[in-house]
Order: sequence, then C-alpha cells, then structure tokens
Amino acid sequence: MTAAALRPRARAPQWFTILWRNKKARFGMLLLLAFVLLALLAPVIAPYDPRDRSFAGGLPPSAAHWFGTTGKGYDVASQAIFGARTSLVIGLVAGAIATAISLLVGMTAGYLGGMVDEVLSFATNLALVVPALPLMITLAAYVPGGGSEWMVIIVISITGWAGAARLKRAQILTLRNREYIQAARMAGDGTFHVIFREIAPNMTSLIVVGFIGAVGGAIGAEAGLAFLGIGNPDTISWGTMLYWANTDGALLTGAFARLVVPGLLLALLTTALTFVNFGVDALSNPHLREP
Amino acid sequence: MAYFARRIGFFLLTLWGAVTLNFLIPRLSGGDPAQAILQRIAGKEARVDPAQLAAVRAMLGVPDEPLWRQYLDYLGNMATGNFGVSYTYFPYSVSEVIGEAVPWTIVLVGVTLVLSFVIGTLLGTWVAWRRGTTFDSVLTVTSAFVGTLPFFWIALVLIYVFAITLGWLPPSGGYSGLMEPAPTAAFVADAWPYFILPAAAIMITGPIGWLLGMRNNMVQSLGEDFARFGRAKGLSNRRLAIAYGARVAILPNVTGFALALGGLIGGTVLVEQTFNYPGTGRLLLEAVSNKDYPLMQTIFLFIAVGVLVANLVADVLYGVLDPRARRKEAA
Repeated sequence: MTAAALRPRARAPQWFTILWRNKKARFGMLLLLAFVLLALLAPVIAPYDPRDRSFAGGLPPSAAHWFGTTGKGYDVASQAIFGARTSLVIGLVAGAIATAISLLVGMTAGYLGGMVDEVLSFATNLALVVPALPLMITLAAYVPGGGSEWMVIIVISITGWAGAARLKRAQILTLRNREYIQAARMAGDGTFHVIFREIAPNMTSLIVVGFIGAVGGAIGAEAGLAFLGIGNPDTISWGTMLYWANTDGALLTGAFARLVVPGLLLALLTTALTFVNFGVDALSNPHLREP
Repeated sequence: MAYFARRIGFFLLTLWGAVTLNFLIPRLSGGDPAQAILQRIAGKEARVDPAQLAAVRAMLGVPDEPLWRQYLDYLGNMATGNFGVSYTYFPYSVSEVIGEAVPWTIVLVGVTLVLSFVIGTLLGTWVAWRRGTTFDSVLTVTSAFVGTLPFFWIALVLIYVFAITLGWLPPSGGYSGLMEPAPTAAFVADAWPYFILPAAAIMITGPIGWLLGMRNNMVQSLGEDFARFGRAKGLSNRRLAIAYGARVAILPNVTGFALALGGLIGGTVLVEQTFNYPGTGRLLLEAVSNKDYPLMQTIFLFIAVGVLVANLVADVLYGVLDPRARRKEAA
C-alpha cells in the first residue's frame, strides 16, 4: 500500500465534513454522544443502583442525592441516568423497525406503481389517518404480554412508519422518471439494480432523516405511553419517573426536581436528534448549508 | 373534476378501512370484557362466579357469535348510529357518554389547531423573510428545542407553576361542578378558567411544526428561479417574501394541517389525562383500562372519521389552490 492510497481513508468522509461544518449538527452530534456515553457508562456514573430503595422517601436534593429521592425511596439522579438506556434502546430499535417498514412499503409502492401502489398507498394512508397515540393506547392494552419493552417497541413501530413511507414514495416518484433512471432501465438494468444502485443513493439523506426522526418519535412515544401508565411501570425510564411523580403527588409536595430532570433530559435528547437532522437536511439540499 | 372524484372515492374507501380496523383491533388478542367488569366490581383478588359472568354478559349483550357475524352486526350498528351500551357507565349508551365528552375535545382541538396554524405560519413567514439574522437563529433554535418538550410534561409544569404554586387557575377538571354543562354564557364563564391551562399546554408546542415547515419551504422557494428572477426585476424584499415565497410555501403547510391533526389529537389525549379534562381523550384511556369495548370502538371511530374528514377538506382545498395537483392527477 502506498501513502497515496491511504490518504483518502485517513480523511473524514465528505458527509461528515458537511455535517461537522454545520454548527447545529455539530452541537447535536456532541449532545447525542454525551447521551450515548451516559447510557453506556450508567453503572459508573450513577451514584447508586436505580432499584435501591433503602433511602428515606421524598428527600430534598442534597450532596448525597443530587436530585433527592422519590416517594418510594429511590435515588432520582440514578434513575435518570439509567433512564437514558431505556430511551435510547427503545428509540433505536423502534426507529429502525419503523424505517425498515417505511422503506419496503414506500419504495415498492413508488417504483412499481399500478395496482401494487394503489393497495400499499391505501394501507399507508389508512395508517396515517388513525391517530397514532390513541391507536398505540388500544394496541398496548390488547397486545398479549402487556407491559414488556418488546410490546412497547412493536406498538410504536407499527404505528410510526406511515408518514415516512409516504415521503419515500413521493421521492421515488420524482426520481423514477429522471433521464438517468430511464437510461439505466433502457440499458437493461433490473428492477433491483435500479432501485438500490440508481435510486437509493439519491434518497440516502431522506432515509437518514426519516430514521433519526423515527428514533425521536419513538423516544417521545415511549415516554408518553409510560406516563399514561401503559407498559410496565417498574421499568426505569424518564416516562415512568414522570408517571410516578404525577401519581404519588410529587407536584403537591414541591419535589420540582423529579419533574424537571426527566422532562429536560427527554427534551435534550430529542433536541440532539433534531439538530443532527438539520445537518443531514443540508447534505442533500445545498440551500440549507451554512457558509 | 377527476381529482375531486378521486379524493371522495378515496375518502369513502379509507372510511371503510378505518371502520374495519376499528372493529378488528380490540378483538385481535382476546380479553373478556364481562370478566373485566366483574373483577372491577368484585375487586382484583376475588374469584368470579361463572353464573354471574354469564348474567353480566347477557345483560351487556356481548355477542357469543362467530367473528363475521359480529362484523356484520357491527357494520349495521355503525350505519344506524347504534353504538351499544357502555360497560363502564352502564346503563348509559355509548352515544350519550361520548356526546358529553365530544364538545370538550372539539373546542380544545379546534381552538388550538387554528391558532397554532395561523401563528406558526405567520411566524415562519416572518422568520424566513428575516433569515440569517440573529432573530432568525434565536427563534429557530428556541422553537426546535421547545418543540421537543413532551405535551404532558409541559402540562405538569403548568399545573405546578400556575395552579399549585401561584394558585391562579384550577389544576384539574373542566368546570366547577356548581352547574350542569350547557351551551350558555354563564357556563362558558364557569368553564373558561379550566380551559386556559390545557389549551396553553398544547399551544406552547402547537405552532412550532408549522413555523419550521413554513421557514424551510420559504427558504427553498426563495432560492428558486422565479424568485431569483423577481429579485433581478427589482422587486422589494417584502413583496418577494409574501407574493413569491409565502404563496408557494404555504401549500405544503395546508396539507400539513390535516396530518398535524392526528398529532394534535395525541397531544390532547395526554393533556386531557394530565388535567383530568372531561374530553374524549381521557374517556378513551378510561375505556381502555376498563376494557369497555363499545365505548373504545366508538371513540376510535369518532377520532378516525374526524381526521378523515379534515384530510378530505385539505385535499380538496389543495386541489383548488394548486392547479398542478389537479392536472397531474388527470394526466
């Protein structure tokens, strides 16, 4: 291997440079990294085991308990730190499943057209029409094995794919009739080749934006369901922290930290994802790039 | 005309789809409502007497029939507006129970939806016109952050600050309970303080989607050739922003109007639950936890049909506003 062959690899790829140059995206990526580290290193960072309830209930914030303890005697800070794991895992898995469904449905419908498109578009629009949260609530109440993390993941992903599928279909419709695609088709390239080699590269940023958006949506949905008491209230997540704060009257006793900490963490994590998306948008749309 | 006929056909088809979905979901994974209501009456630990179970089932009219027969019955009932008896509020019918909850939600969703759209679109236009300024980046960044705050969390903070700490407004409920709900000025005056916090909880994040959408669309349309030509022609910045940028950028925001309704309804469910507001969202959660099939099914149907109708209206409006949409469909 010559030095010349190595040089391009040593440099950051172009997409990363564009993302990094975008101030919002840089901020988002750093914030996201912080959350990932928080989740991975939770046992190191957290002062106590999040399930250790040997403390007095309802303690105010102090040096020993940064954000106080819950009514049941758990350490709020430790629960908040471990809660990052639940949000990230459920967000990533449900976001990935929802994106996979939207890719399959959107690309097939948009490329094949005709009857297949009619049927898939109908299914997509139907899924869009039924408002997600009420649908999630009912599904969660009826899916067997109620309360497990998997149930929450499944419910979130089968309600969260439709919007992205519609966008992908629309995008593929505009790409399908471009000259270079028609040229590829006339040159005898197969459907598979055209979709994945010619069309997909032009949709990368749309797919990534969709995935990041789906992760954010799933994180919010998980918190919402947990707050409503749907799912397992013993899971350690920011949503269940708020659920317990609300049910055991933390508001009335003035335990403001129990309210502020999980809410702000949720908002910061979702903000990080949104800001990364500003940068990904700029990848495909030079209008949005920062000078 | 083909465009509008297609929209209406599509509306009818999705209506059927939503009605069917609505029938299937609650039944897919079993669960016995009669058993549930007896457990509720008897307490969680008590054993349920099979004879009592059968009696409750007969009383509530749970059909012991094959699924297709239930489906036909269901379609017939939906068509005639007979939604059955609520298990939870027995002996009241589902229509009566929902009838009491619907006005609360319609007012809450209607007011916040329209205000959100108008405020968001106007602010978005303004920000795009002033793009690149400090005002633009501050507002864009702030709203991107505020937009990620969960509805229910905002609701909790509002309760904590304005109801519990300051004591300015009631923390929960929809009216004082001193008088019966009625469409009179006296009752509106009674319920008004209860409306402010739930509406505020939705309105804090409500306009943000439209604000950011409008800004992005406008930045894009102001970069198009026709806008560049307008600038070359020497049009004023204001005229360029309003007559060229905003006019094009508002179209996707109109389609977003109907779609955002779904999200707003989700927010309303959370907010209603947090404030114990007597609308359909809270009723839905109550129905789900009581396995009140008829009530749950009908609330779903109401929500789905509401969103469907809003979608149809937006589609038709879009066709009227944008001739390209009509022509594309006809070709």
